[in-house]
Amino acid sequence: MTALASQVSKRLFHEVRVRLFPKRAGSGIEPRVSIQVLVWIRRLVQAGSLILFIWFLLRTGFSGTFTADTERVRVGLPVEGFLMADPFVAAMTLLSTRTVYRGLLWSLATLAVTMVFGRVFCGWICPFGTLHHFTAWLFPSRYGKGEKRVNSNKTHPARQRVKYYLLYAFLAASLAGSAIGGMFDPICIAVRSIGLSVLPVAHYMTRAAGDAAALTNNATVNAGADAAQAAVQSALLQNKPFYYHHTWFIGILFIAVLFMNRVIPRFWCRVLCPLGAFLGTFSRFALFGMEKDHAKCTDCNLCLVHCQGADSPQGGVKWRQDECHVCLNCENACPEDVIKFRFLPNRKSAVTVPDVGRRTAIASAAAGAALIPAARVADVIDTNYNPFVIRPPGAVVEKEFLEKCIRCAECMKVCPNNALHPAFFEAGIEGMWTPILIPRIGYCEPSCVLCGDVCPTGAIQKITEEQKLGIGQKPISIGTAAYDQGRCLPWAMATPCVVCEEFCPTSPKAIWVEEVTVEKRSPEADPSGAPPKRVHLTVQRPHVDPSLCIGCGACEKVCPVQDKPAVYVTNIGESRSKTNVILLDGQDYNKGHST
Amino acid sequence: MAPHGVRFNTVERPSRRDFLKRIGLTAGALGGATLLGISRWDKGTQEVQGPRSERVSRDYRVADTTAADRVDFAVASNTPNQATLVQNAILALGGMSRFIAKNDVVVIKPNIGWDRTPLQAANTNPIVVAEVVRLVLDAGAKRVIVTDASCNEPNRCFTRSGIWKAAHDAGAEVVLPAPQLFRNMRLKGELLDEWPVLRTLVEADKLINVPIAKHHNLSRYTGAMKNWYGSLGGRRNRLHQKIDLSIADLATFLQPTLTVIDATRVLLRNGPQGGNVDDAADKHTIVASIDQVAADAFACELIGQSPTEVPYLALGESRGLGTVHWKNLRHKEV
Repeated sequence: MTALASQVSKRLFHEVRVRLFPKRAGSGIEPRVSIQVLVWIRRLVQAGSLILFIWFLLRTGFSGTFTADTERVRVGLPVEGFLMADPFVAAMTLLSTRTVYRGLLWSLATLAVTMVFGRVFCGWICPFGTLHHFTAWLFPSRYGKGEKRVNSNKTHPARQRVKYYLLYAFLAASLAGSAIGGMFDPICIAVRSIGLSVLPVAHYMTRAAGDAAALTNNATVNAGADAAQAAVQSALLQNKPFYYHHTWFIGILFIAVLFMNRVIPRFWCRVLCPLGAFLGTFSRFALFGMEKDHAKCTDCNLCLVHCQGADSPQGGVKWRQDECHVCLNCENACPEDVIKFRFLPNRKSAVTVPDVGRRTAIASAAAGAALIPAARVADVIDTNYNPFVIRPPGAVVEKEFLEKCIRCAECMKVCPNNALHPAFFEAGIEGMWTPILIPRIGYCEPSCVLCGDVCPTGAIQKITEEQKLGIGQKPISIGTAAYDQGRCLPWAMATPCVVCEEFCPTSPKAIWVEEVTVEKRSPEADPSGAPPKRVHLTVQRPHVDPSLCIGCGACEKVCPVQDKPAVYVTNIGESRSKTNVILLDGQDYNKGHST
Repeated sequence: MAPHGVRFNTVERPSRRDFLKRIGLTAGALGGATLLGISRWDKGTQEVQGPRSERVSRDYRVADTTAADRVDFAVASNTPNQATLVQNAILALGGMSRFIAKNDVVVIKPNIGWDRTPLQAANTNPIVVAEVVRLVLDAGAKRVIVTDASCNEPNRCFTRSGIWKAAHDAGAEVVLPAPQLFRNMRLKGELLDEWPVLRTLVEADKLINVPIAKHHNLSRYTGAMKNWYGSLGGRRNRLHQKIDLSIADLATFLQPTLTVIDATRVLLRNGPQGGNVDDAADKHTIVASIDQVAADAFACELIGQSPTEVPYLALGESRGLGTVHWKNLRHKEV
């Protein structure tokens, strides 16, 4: 019995050992144990980082619990942590606003790690990078084997330069006043795509399955479907399926960029990622790096089979430090001990600076800088501003907002009312994927300040409940409601209603009613041929007091005129703007300046 | 033989087996498609709506087995302590065991409609809810569920009203409204027919309505009967067009075991949502009754409204749901 047990355990140990640390081909020399272990640590760190990212994303919402403070509701976790540690975000907003906002100082840590170890962020930490690494491993191309795989992992300077050009363009655009580069930031993309597309689609499918299960009229099936829905709801902190404006587009881009791994492994990381380019620029300072003993190389290309960054690990060429993700796969795979990672390597066979043509670099920066004025003279930002671009409460004035908003979608994910949505072209091409409030889908809960709580760049300020509700001060307004009197039931159809007044959350209410006696015509013809009878009845006609309205959109959300509500909010009167105003009163241009 | 040595006889006909197989497959595919098409054929005629489900109502009232001199209407206003008020009122009715049988599943429906704190008096006071939960558990109930279909975002309403914590601490299951909890039902109403109903409320053994007495701008007063708005999902904002009739319909649909109106602190103006603490006033009163109309008739006077000016009360009385003249019931004030 013991003999059998020891045999089994020996066998198991052997299995684990050859699977975790396979023997190398060729010479059969074992790789260094430190590297074998480090590769596994790297895989664990990658998995842990991705799990942490997803967990933060799931916790980005309002989790009402019986333990929550009844007065102040905050997320309570640094759910925007990955964005705060993102030096590309910090650099963009530094250039556009000349400041580093609050937690973005953490990005120095990422920069410091890069300057010691190189682009380990890309290879070890970045959740989007891990997603690509994982996708490329899970769905490898049928055709990308052997020589083709080796070739696809060789450095392709022409395509790998693109990310640097994008970086220069986005940084120049930031200098011109727009953090539009957030559209291409990998962390922003991950939050936006998974938060606004993948998770809501999963929720929708669970709901649809639940509806189908309800048709079976089987108690067990129903209970199972209910439990599945409840689980999804509590996981997403969303008590109903959420909808996001035009998010199909965000979803398609996400799938497309993941699919590209079949054509070019880690296409995103190698070709497009401006954060990778940013870190690549700084990896020249790295103290850790590769040394190669070219003489030992037998050109077996095993390093290239496993290379993530396409950074020329093979013998006979120089290693591209700025492209390397420091995944250590190459050393682990090399059977001839050509490749060695170490501190302070000699740099005889390494290129440490990005390989970018100066002219193209200047041209791309110029293009980025020119994009912003071009977008602004396209008459959507300053003049002809779309009245339905309602910004979240605490958002700074539009010009400053565009300097700060990185389109990370944290605010849209956290909004418990599904009120915030990624703009398509409503706010101009420059405002794509910036948050807008669509009251018909969800209104802004007056006591809620969660969007500012999670905003990593201060595009939405961290306001307090007192500021938002206007306790001892003027409340924050995001717009003003107006009536379409031709569609309003008491105004046009002699029918009682005023649900808008009931839901108006301000105190005193911004919606007030006027009792009027109106005529109502009978829908039946008089048998005598006389015109149909008319009766008099009293209805309450709603009015908006623009000095009290905060533009929350609760009235628009609940208006029973289903298709096109009879009361709707536009952004006029928003607190953040000194010019987008109706009323003369209360607009003190000298406010805050000593006289 | 090597593959390149194979010779194909290009003029040979298929074998009989091959012939039958191919004909069979073609016929099968075509037949299948035809059967599917014909069986799912929509001739384009608008068919008369087939037989529909029954229109239903739920009557949770219990047949009284207690003494003939039982009290059916109780008002407690002898202390500012909300929990004591609830205890006193229920005791005056003969105790919770009069209504709750052992192992009952009891659903308690407070008003958790708004993202407001207790001081603003837009939701039922959490202490009142918790006390009802405790009394029901003490009476031997198996499960106590507290639920409501909120107007504002439910997580916020349940949290900031304080009811989530209070009810949970008292031992209740707190159920937040979610899409799968609503089921389309046909209500036995004059106006209301098919609506999504919060299932929890119709799948109980006993149902206790624990509303708060408030001003309501359209219906003038909201308390017990109006609280059943919170049993519906869907776009219930349409109901405002005939608010009195829809309230009466809902109160007919759901007749509770017991009504406990929280008038410890009431909303006098800007109802039903309020917001300003100055709009609320302490009344230190709990009304408990088996008659939801009578309870409303009493409580509406606490917020300065006359029962005669609240049309749905008269509608309720004419439908036999209860009486506006609460004094006609065996009543007790403590």
